[in-house]
Amino acid sequence: MKAAILLFPGINRERDMVLAVRQSFGQEPAVIWHKETELPAGTDLVILPGGFSFGDYLRCGAMAAQSPIMRAVKAHAARGGYVLGVCNGFQILTEAGILPGALLRNASLRFLSMDTMLRVARADTVFTSHWQKGAEFRAPMAHGDGNYTADEETLNRLEGENLVAFRYADFNRNGSARAIAGIFSPNLRVLGLMPHPENLVDPLMGGTDGKPLFDALAAA
Amino acid sequence: MKAVVTVMLKNGVLDPQGKAIGQALHGLGFGQVGEVRAGKVIELELAETDPAAAKTAAEDMARKLLANTVIESFKVEIAA
Repeated sequence: MKAAILLFPGINRERDMVLAVRQSFGQEPAVIWHKETELPAGTDLVILPGGFSFGDYLRCGAMAAQSPIMRAVKAHAARGGYVLGVCNGFQILTEAGILPGALLRNASLRFLSMDTMLRVARADTVFTSHWQKGAEFRAPMAHGDGNYTADEETLNRLEGENLVAFRYADFNRNGSARAIAGIFSPNLRVLGLMPHPENLVDPLMGGTDGKPLFDALAAA
Repeated sequence: MKAVVTVMLKNGVLDPQGKAIGQALHGLGFGQVGEVRAGKVIELELAETDPAAAKTAAEDMARKLLANTVIESFKVEIAA
């Protein structure tokens, strides 16, 4: 699995993502500046890491969604390539229309910087195959706008087509609709989620709860 | 020609900022305040002389970038 990590100005989690990918994949991911217009040849997986792209101006992810590289990401997704968006990366994917819905300000209005528990909704995907269905794992959160929302029809479709990837298992702190923490595209090849699995991939980080995501991708 | 784009969260979409502003206004003694909604105003200087063309262009910009129509609605006004 050849990975490319996108770097937009204001992104600050790309090195965490490089570390997680390097450790599980056994190879170095490419880091691609947002002004590039093409992904490296042979890219299997595009990763949009967390941070505050373009200072969250206008709306979180709105500016990054218009960056030159996003045209290539859309084409990659359209031909069935894998895409992972975490935190700001998830916001960028919704702003770009690659995933449905939007991330609103946390219901509490507070920036949430703490661990949460996530429940795996399905284990038969390339992203989640190293977990059991229903498994719960710890994941750090660090966001001000993680309150997932979509219209009722979209929410019903996501649930009906089994496209919810993760739900908040302990406490839905940001107020997300139906406690949704992450969703898949209909072909199960695009995953967006708010919490940060890449920040728990080594005992030195305090745990390896997030490592199954990267191990699963490495094995795909 | 100037276009003024007003972007608001759609009705029914939770507006925690509006709610917090409302609570603060109550704290200041403005007991008459009911629901408060917070939004954005974006002013655009346009190289257009035809108001209809300016409005069409500004609406296109609002749909493509200025508003996220999943959660927000917008209104365009042309100021000469």
